[in-house]
Amino acid sequence: MEKKIGVYICSGCGIGESLNVEKLAAVAQRKGGQVVKTHPCFCGEEGNALLANDVASEGVNTVVIAACSARAMTDAFRIDVPILERVNLREHVAWSHEPNDEHTQQLAEDYLIMGIVRVQKTSPPEPNIQDISKVVLVVGGGLTGISAALDAAEAGSEVILIEKSPRLGGWLAGAWKDLPSTAPYRDLETPQVAEKARLVQANAKIRVITGASIEKIAGAPGLFDATVKTEAGEETIRVGAIVLATGSRPYDATKLAHLGFGSSPDVITAADLEAMAVKGEIHRPSDRKKAKSVLFIQCAGSRDEAHLPYCSATCCATSLKQAMYIRERNPEAEVTIVYRDMRTPGQGEFFYQRAQEDPGIFLTKGVVTGVTAAGGKIQVAAKDTLLGPDVKFEADLVVLATGMVPTTVDEPILNLAYRQGPALPTLKYGFPDSHFICFPYETQRTGIYAAGTVRAPMDSAAVVQDAAGAALKAIQCLHLTAQGKAVHPRVGDDSFPDFFLNRCTQCKRCTEECPFGTLDEDEKGTPKPNPTRCRRCGVCMGACPERIISFKNYSIDMIASMIKAVDVSDDEDVPTFLGLICENDAYPALDMAGLARIKYSPHIRFIPLRCLGGTNLVWMAEAMSKGLEGVLLIGCKHGENYQCHFVKGSELCSIRLSKVQETLNRLQLESGRIRMVQLAINEFDQLPGIVDQFIEDVKEFGPNPFRGM
Amino acid sequence: MTEQQAAQQTKAVLVVGGGIGGLTVAVETAEAGWPVVVVEKNAFVGGRVAANHLYFPKMCPPTCGLEINFQRLRKNPAIKILTLAEVTKVSGGAKDAVATVTVKPRYVNEKCTACGKCIEVCPVSRPDAFNAGLGTTKAVYLAHAMAHPQRLVIDGSVCLGKSCGKCATVCPYGAIDLDMKERTLEIPVGAMAVATGWLPYDAKRIDTLGFGTSKNVITNAMMERLAAPSGVTGGKIQRPSDGAAPKRVIFVQCAGSRDRLHLPYCSAVCCLASLKQAGYVRAQHPDAEITMCYIDVRAPGKLEDFSVKAQAEHNITMLKGKVAKVTENAATGEVTVEVEDILGGGIRRLTADLVVLATGMPPATTGLPGVAYDTNGFATGPSGAVPVFAVGCAKKPLDVAGTVQDATGVALKAIQAMARS
Repeated sequence: MEKKIGVYICSGCGIGESLNVEKLAAVAQRKGGQVVKTHPCFCGEEGNALLANDVASEGVNTVVIAACSARAMTDAFRIDVPILERVNLREHVAWSHEPNDEHTQQLAEDYLIMGIVRVQKTSPPEPNIQDISKVVLVVGGGLTGISAALDAAEAGSEVILIEKSPRLGGWLAGAWKDLPSTAPYRDLETPQVAEKARLVQANAKIRVITGASIEKIAGAPGLFDATVKTEAGEETIRVGAIVLATGSRPYDATKLAHLGFGSSPDVITAADLEAMAVKGEIHRPSDRKKAKSVLFIQCAGSRDEAHLPYCSATCCATSLKQAMYIRERNPEAEVTIVYRDMRTPGQGEFFYQRAQEDPGIFLTKGVVTGVTAAGGKIQVAAKDTLLGPDVKFEADLVVLATGMVPTTVDEPILNLAYRQGPALPTLKYGFPDSHFICFPYETQRTGIYAAGTVRAPMDSAAVVQDAAGAALKAIQCLHLTAQGKAVHPRVGDDSFPDFFLNRCTQCKRCTEECPFGTLDEDEKGTPKPNPTRCRRCGVCMGACPERIISFKNYSIDMIASMIKAVDVSDDEDVPTFLGLICENDAYPALDMAGLARIKYSPHIRFIPLRCLGGTNLVWMAEAMSKGLEGVLLIGCKHGENYQCHFVKGSELCSIRLSKVQETLNRLQLESGRIRMVQLAINEFDQLPGIVDQFIEDVKEFGPNPFRGM
Repeated sequence: MTEQQAAQQTKAVLVVGGGIGGLTVAVETAEAGWPVVVVEKNAFVGGRVAANHLYFPKMCPPTCGLEINFQRLRKNPAIKILTLAEVTKVSGGAKDAVATVTVKPRYVNEKCTACGKCIEVCPVSRPDAFNAGLGTTKAVYLAHAMAHPQRLVIDGSVCLGKSCGKCATVCPYGAIDLDMKERTLEIPVGAMAVATGWLPYDAKRIDTLGFGTSKNVITNAMMERLAAPSGVTGGKIQRPSDGAAPKRVIFVQCAGSRDRLHLPYCSAVCCLASLKQAGYVRAQHPDAEITMCYIDVRAPGKLEDFSVKAQAEHNITMLKGKVAKVTENAATGEVTVEVEDILGGGIRRLTADLVVLATGMPPATTGLPGVAYDTNGFATGPSGAVPVFAVGCAKKPLDVAGTVQDATGVALKAIQAMARS
């Protein structure tokens, strides 16, 4: 595409009162703007028409709008051109720096030139469109999998449902009662899984394969090849997206000897009790006599560092449920529940109230200190109860409310043929859940979504809803992938990194560092791109020491050229700094600082990156040899509570920087000239301090010796 | 094309409420290829989460996820947002449903650049609802720095109108339109998602807990705004009576929740929210003594980790017991909390500089046309033929992750209904 660059410099919103806009226009003309215009309000009707006319009649196809933040006025500047760039003269210049000051003017000029360089180095991306499968593969035929399969089918998708056991239904198929899911939230419900399993079998869009396991899944979203093994043999099926719905298993009670398990057959688990209820009478396994007194021990192995440190969320309500049906069947029976905190959130409180209304159910807070079997009874000792500090209970039957362990703890299940490993990556305790509060379905493998109790402990009502959510994400992924577009968080981005493999040294950094396991390797270690797995963060680009990875609209050369374009003053008292910032957090934080009219040094030029993980060390070298005094990188918080939307981008950046700082030391350049800080989006008030402190600290080193060379 | 014509072009998923639940339904539905209209009662989307300082358990700012969601909104022409709008009528059946939406005048048109010149000259102040009433804004205002759409609004109930007109005179862009009128739109709808969210329970109704009479008794919603850098104190947690740094802080759990006289249900998030807010206090005042009076600490799933960590901090005392009474010594500003110590026995009297009531989250709206509600005001589904799905806190008390999870599932249900309609 032959570019015709139009540069449009707005003087509205205080820009014209702060900057010499005519001088800026002259700079734009000198630096490559073929059409350069100024106007007091480009977002208004007249200004907008001016722009539209240049595109329609003057052949302008590459537009630089130097006005407000790229986050503002997006509707007004939705112009149909292949290349559009916004230069932020409002929030980042006029609103945050001294008006009519030579340094402010220089800042604006640099930003304008950097914007022009950016479009000069950009080509329109060509979407990677392939003929994809839109089949949704659901792994696991319990309530979650059955619900997800039905939901996806009812939204129009073809579905393949794989179940390990010979029949659908999961553990709920063997449950007597389920928790209430609707108002008044007091009544036990019959598990709905059997009815749903019938609907699945009757649905022409769903193919059910039972007695099956996944041998291998190769490929990428839209192009997965799942090898399914059954007694009949192996079959490879092309599918588009995957819902992992293999659920959880009860915690192994044989590890709970301290709660009496194994000491008597009359100490059973909640699952044992449920099975007993389906079969008939609630009795003591030791002598098959009707259980007249039943005691539940909550958090059996849960909320316990030695076993499961987390809470399994449903055991309190499950024990209440079981107490209720024991009492329904045998009104003479007495039930005691010893809990640590009664966790029945929301409308679960109504269910708890119903149990409290029953005089045959005694509920007490307490910590169980010992369980012993003697004289045909079970003795349970507890401390810190509502009855007193040390209490002994006696019961015919003791039920341990054991927690949930995700099935992903036991095996990788999906057996992904991915360079980074066969499993869907899990976080703490083996749950393949999302780390993001705002985006609970985000996994580190594009097109694969976990749902139900494999993802987090939850009750049936939540499972059904969760299955619907995961089905939606699977369908949405295929809708976007079919158009060559990225999924969250860069939804709709149709760029894709090109690899100039002739120069690849097989160092494997890109294949190791991709947060989403996008790249596989051939035998030699050369990366094999899987475009539909890619999330377009650019971490591979930052990782590559040979600089052979680039996007059409985002590249090492582009950022390096922008750095080169920065003006370094001959005046030694006028330092210039580079700032590389995360476009999702630090950039908006700078906007908010502008909106609050907070002032900071005009000597730093910020370049927004898709993710700080895209930072290539060559940019540091570029900045230093250019004579810039220092580089400040502002990224998202990393560590346990990471906020990086690309999982580990900012962390990878900090690791890379620790290495470059060694190099700087060897060059006898102070490593303190490069600093990375973590900043959350709401901490805009700290920005001036961060910038000014850095500049102050680097001043100590004296001018960069490369300056003027 | 008029706004009405644009609205009628295609049948849409109508999302009522533009908080985190509604926005999630909107972006998830639209990114799967279906058109959406969001009807938001306030002048800005973002809802209650925008006013929170940090989320538990990560202690990360809500604006981080909102920013991503706003980017998704801005990019997606399939999503139309109507602010200052309410659904007044739903008619037709499953295949030909039409929602009538009334849009109140904003008095500021789309030419507004949020430059703020009008705010400087506006002579009228109003209580700042976004800051939980802790400060004021002018009659023309932007709710907060991340407000979306980034366009000012004039509060017509306090604006002096054309007799003043200073804002219109000073605006360089012709963005002020004091003649703007209410308008009505008819929108063809394939499914309706009710994401009307929650309203903090009015703490004044719990007359034993001293809110409204004792200055140093605040609600958890107010604590969020005290701790936020964008709040009225610039993020400083201080006693409202004299601005002093609090040395003793008491959190009163279940303030109105799990209480048959007020909210008979549990609000599900308050335990964790208070443990989080204890963290706010500790970050600024490391030596402050914090006490949390609770009935049960409800921290399901992995949130247990957060709860354990927060309770293990050196300066927090967990006291199992329901608070009976809160009184303030008007002269010193000191607050006395009477609480039944369930494990230790007896009534204890504790004093504090600042008391935070963990008020619950009842549903904000009942009585929307086409929607069925239970006796507690939670939306349950359709009341007629038009497919209706309740989302998030309109359905049950939920935290943010739970709301977003729920909303994503609703997006699928809405798509199914669209495919059928």
